[in-house]
Amino acid sequence: MPGEDGYQHDLLVIGGGGAGLRAAIAAAEESNRLSIAVLSKVYPMRSHTVSAEGGTAAVMRDDDSLDTHAKDTIFGSDFLADQDVVETFVREAPGEVIQLEHWGCPWSRDPDGRVSVRPFGGMTVNRTLYAADKTGFHMLHSLFQTSLKYEKIVRYDEWFATSLLIEDGTVCGVTALNLHDGRMRPIVAKAVIMCTGGAGRIFPFTTNAAIKTGDGMALAYRAGVPLKDMEFVQYHPTGLPGTGILITEAARGEGGHLKNKDGYRYLQDYGLGPPTDTPVHRKMELGPRDILSRCHIQEHQKGRTFDGPYGHYVHLDLRHLGEKLIDKNLPFVRELARNYVGIDPVHEPIPVRPVVHYMMGGISTDITGKTSLDGLYAAGEAACVSINGANRLGSNSLTELLVFGARAGRSAARHALERAAPRSNPLAQLASDERRRLDQRFLRVDGREKIADIREEMQKAMESGCGIYRDRATMEATCQTLAKLRERFAHISLADKDAVFNTELIAALELECTLEVAETVARSALAREESRGSHTRTDFPKRDDARFLKHSLAYRTPDGPRIEYLPVTITRWPPEERKY
Amino acid sequence: MSDATITLEVTRYRPGHDREPHPQSFEVPFQKDWVVLDALNHIKDRIDGTLSYRWSCRMGVCGSCGMMVNGVPKLTCAAFLRDYRPGPIRVEPLANFPVIRDLVIALDDFMEKLRRVKPWIIRAEEKPVSEGEYRQTPAQLETYKQFSMCINCMLCYAACPVYGLAPAFVGPAAIALAYRYNLDSRDEGYRLREPVMSDAVGVWECTFVGECSVVCPKGVDPAAAIQRSKLAGATDWLLSMVMPWGGRR
Repeated sequence: MPGEDGYQHDLLVIGGGGAGLRAAIAAAEESNRLSIAVLSKVYPMRSHTVSAEGGTAAVMRDDDSLDTHAKDTIFGSDFLADQDVVETFVREAPGEVIQLEHWGCPWSRDPDGRVSVRPFGGMTVNRTLYAADKTGFHMLHSLFQTSLKYEKIVRYDEWFATSLLIEDGTVCGVTALNLHDGRMRPIVAKAVIMCTGGAGRIFPFTTNAAIKTGDGMALAYRAGVPLKDMEFVQYHPTGLPGTGILITEAARGEGGHLKNKDGYRYLQDYGLGPPTDTPVHRKMELGPRDILSRCHIQEHQKGRTFDGPYGHYVHLDLRHLGEKLIDKNLPFVRELARNYVGIDPVHEPIPVRPVVHYMMGGISTDITGKTSLDGLYAAGEAACVSINGANRLGSNSLTELLVFGARAGRSAARHALERAAPRSNPLAQLASDERRRLDQRFLRVDGREKIADIREEMQKAMESGCGIYRDRATMEATCQTLAKLRERFAHISLADKDAVFNTELIAALELECTLEVAETVARSALAREESRGSHTRTDFPKRDDARFLKHSLAYRTPDGPRIEYLPVTITRWPPEERKY
Repeated sequence: MSDATITLEVTRYRPGHDREPHPQSFEVPFQKDWVVLDALNHIKDRIDGTLSYRWSCRMGVCGSCGMMVNGVPKLTCAAFLRDYRPGPIRVEPLANFPVIRDLVIALDDFMEKLRRVKPWIIRAEEKPVSEGEYRQTPAQLETYKQFSMCINCMLCYAACPVYGLAPAFVGPAAIALAYRYNLDSRDEGYRLREPVMSDAVGVWECTFVGECSVVCPKGVDPAAAIQRSKLAGATDWLLSMVMPWGGRR
């Protein structure tokens, strides 16, 4: 944290997860003249990147090619990815994972010392690097520890950004609340990069950590930047019932089987067969996440899933893999299953069900991470640079935060080098206005609404209207509920009026963000009258390229989101039917 | 008290209001698959919104939710209510740290120490990315892997009697991480980390109580890292005596 004369930087990164740290390091390497700050509501090593398990995709071997990685990604996206961006992504991916290797990431290794690669859903060859099944944890700590060697990267740990400061159409910093003393300050910067991650907490059942409340998405959205492709929400097929804790896709990459209540590998009934003993790329359990999640629901409708206290589930069976392989490549899966469902996967199958995992959509950026607002950049899950389209392939997101975190860091650095410092005097005024707004809104009023009630109702409405299968009537009901909740939020009441570490105030600010983001998801989903990737409409079961081969853009208006569209960039892979 | 509830005695401390920390009792529903963190979330959402604590991943990997549970440092997302029946369960902030509020402790000291041990790859010459990866065999990976598993949850500092008495002690997690890099076949920074490690408040301060390894939720075994660093330090000292021209490790 800077001294009293601090709070003024060239570059400010919001979020200290994988994308944010990669961006900060890239900016530090771009120029040693820059003052760089990383601001996060948590200490960087608590960021949600830490929970990613399975791996990071990059072309590393002679049996692979950039075109194959690009094609798999585009096919997986149901042709909604921007192909020029995907081509850049796959080209820069190998360098990024090697860079991380040089920074100490403990990638799992082959006997000859090369980094190992494993199969992953929707990929035609083994190209997913991994560090056992704690890939995100190791990547995050490698990036964080490496960032410590750059003395000019300063950090604001446990500060919450409440608004973007904008002057003459240019971003010039944020207002942020220091949790430790409750003071609001303007933090001035010539460029701001949003790396705040996803918003899984708009749903009740999610793999996402408590902090994933879409804060950065909401800040950008309020500042007039559109959120792109928000209707595309990824369900991961294998979460633990009850908690929603993720059981990595790597469990299937290593050869795990999904079985219904009769012990039958049901995916063969949905065009993903034939079942084989050893995993075959893109078949059966290595199909893409959107399709596997839908198969689960259909299997449930046929009455062939188990029923438990937390709803229907199937079995993920790893027993045939043996204790040795499980301990070597899936030790965290074993630890999680033992701790949280009392199952040892060496001896028993793991109960699993689909769970909200990832937002394909986010702050709309170009290929350099730049948004439509001068001086504002975004990367990682918070952003939508458009490599994931309508369905992300597993292990592309960790690579995405490296490639586009670095790109956003470099382009924001160059932007900052060209600009004069914003004047901080009027900004101090804006910060005290912001403080007053929060005080009036949350700390002085005695409203009647409780945070937990509104949060639960929002989550219930999102699950009902914006789940795996969607239709007009339920989505309209969800939109109405969200609009009502927005009104009720104005009457929120906080018991905690303290300045120091007021986590209830933070929860209220987070709730405000999730309500905004949830509305963009529901409205974008309602407007897209087709089925594509993760967005499945029972009333529009087919993909409709004539009307919807385009990105949705949600713009904020006082009456809720306004949806516009943007063409998809097609380079070398014309849309075709997506069949595995 | 019926079977369906359990009592938590939670330490409260609000700076500016309370002169010192004091316990407050909350009765929460007993659910057999609830962890202590679920009970705290129930209190915050339904009973008392002013209770402050940190949490995030609720799956034992982000390291946020460490607290003393019945006097033992624990990740509260992995401490099941059923293991503490019939209660009451005492929930306190991690020992040996300044308390900011309620169950929230100050990490500044650790963050500063972490940077001091230089937990990053140090090399005389860095290979350009275009030349590809450094080869590292599974056996070489295995030598340091265990020490790379630290989630910085601070349970080991809360358990460490030395850190409690001599807060300048670099401490278990930071030493384990320094040792992790020293053991990494890609690293050449041993000499640069040595001054911090062999400082009086580095590895020598540890009296080998071993509590750090007992409470570590990730099996890192910082006590082993400290003892083996001592051995390496002592070997260096001996080598410098018998081979003053410089024994290389």
